[in-house]
Amino acid sequence: MYPQGYRYSKGHEWIAVEGDRGRVGITDYAQKQLGDVVFVELPELGRKLASGEQFGTVESVKAVSELYAPVAGEVVEVNGPLADKPETINQDPHGAAWMIVLKLADPAAPGGLLDAAAYEALVASEAK
Amino acid sequence: MAELRKTPLHEIHRESGAKMVPFGGWDMPVEYAGLIAEHQAVRRAAGLFDVSHMGEFELEGPGATAFLQRVTANNVAKLADGQAQYSALPMPSGCPVDDVIVYRRGPERYLIVVNAANIAKDWEWLQSQGPSGCTLEDQSDAFALIALQGPKAEAILQGLTPVDLKAIAFYRFAEGSVCGHESIVARTGYTGEDGFELFLAPRDAPAVWRQLIEAGRPQGLQPAGLGARDTLRLEARMMLYGNDMDETTTLIEAGLSWIVSFDEAKGDFNGRAALLEQKAKGAPRRLAGFETTERGIPRHGYPVFLGDEEAGAVTSGSFAPFLQKSIGLAYLPAARAAVGTELSVGIRGRRIGARVVPTPFYKRPR
Repeated sequence: MYPQGYRYSKGHEWIAVEGDRGRVGITDYAQKQLGDVVFVELPELGRKLASGEQFGTVESVKAVSELYAPVAGEVVEVNGPLADKPETINQDPHGAAWMIVLKLADPAAPGGLLDAAAYEALVASEAK
Repeated sequence: MAELRKTPLHEIHRESGAKMVPFGGWDMPVEYAGLIAEHQAVRRAAGLFDVSHMGEFELEGPGATAFLQRVTANNVAKLADGQAQYSALPMPSGCPVDDVIVYRRGPERYLIVVNAANIAKDWEWLQSQGPSGCTLEDQSDAFALIALQGPKAEAILQGLTPVDLKAIAFYRFAEGSVCGHESIVARTGYTGEDGFELFLAPRDAPAVWRQLIEAGRPQGLQPAGLGARDTLRLEARMMLYGNDMDETTTLIEAGLSWIVSFDEAKGDFNGRAALLEQKAKGAPRRLAGFETTERGIPRHGYPVFLGDEEAGAVTSGSFAPFLQKSIGLAYLPAARAAVGTELSVGIRGRRIGARVVPTPFYKRPR
């Protein structure tokens, strides 16, 4: 379910790090909690984000959820087409529905994040 | 906090994997397969809703009609047996304690359906109004209520009941058997579609639910939750008590003049003087429907601006799944509530453009 190579925040974002860049999205658990996503708002290119800083918003018919940067970095890519197809977040949360790519402020240390097994345990405990 | 109450269909909802939420003190299904799919199923085929949390009061006796005339806004004398009427319980201020549906089961016998969250409040209010020559009973626990809504509703239900559904017009009802169980079959609903509401004994509800699902599935029937119920009713501009009206909004401001009868035959009723005066002078504000002209979703409580001036708040707002746009309702000064008026909605510190539009936002094809 949760890709092994990704790292996960307790706020249900994922990051896939390659070199000094990290692709960021929300997890399958997060999209299920939200329900049908109908709106997504993403940041401008070039924005510098601190770890834990809000970078956007995703809304389902019923709920609003803020998006937080799992690590510090600069926004170097934004998944623009996602705004016109927000349902992709429900359909392929760990793949096509990536939201931004960050140029990591500190590529060495994605600290405080969970691996897939630890994240799955977290989700299992929240679902109870 | 008190334990959440469970409807007779609770077990079925859990089995079908519904997402459950607390609503009005009840543990209710908010969605099954997904809100949008359920919403579209109701517009295009049919949806099945458990609305057993709604309250039912029975009123009976020679004084029943006179009592109802005194405590409701609409003219009960217009009802014949087997007819239903949308109405409200106004206070002397002309603002509603609740909105209700009154069903006339006999010349001296009525069923009043009230909102789940208001059962206790309505009960106390009606008691305080001194029902005389009639008995008022809270029968909320004696009824399960299942709503079958959508263009395929009649075809699906007709296979399961000897009651001639074609003979039941909109806001009419009959009493007969459904799946072999006694039921009140009412052509009413809260979705803007054709459909039926079935009042059943709680013990019979699970069997009827399962048979409806089975019979309806080939025709596109899906179980639908409170989430879709809310977006469906908003597209049809049906009011939600507690959001779009409450004890501070008069029925005229809420756009419900059509359920207020000043007919002499009805006589005096709670709020008549206040409502008559407001009708003559004109209401200072009016509940208007709007759609956004920019991306964003207005939601309950978000501020509404006319120019730079904060003019009110969104009472109900949502992305409308069938219309594929964002819509909402808000009270606006009457002079600035005309169709075409530009306004904006404050969404997380930003202003999103919007425009007053005619309502209902959605009207079903006939």
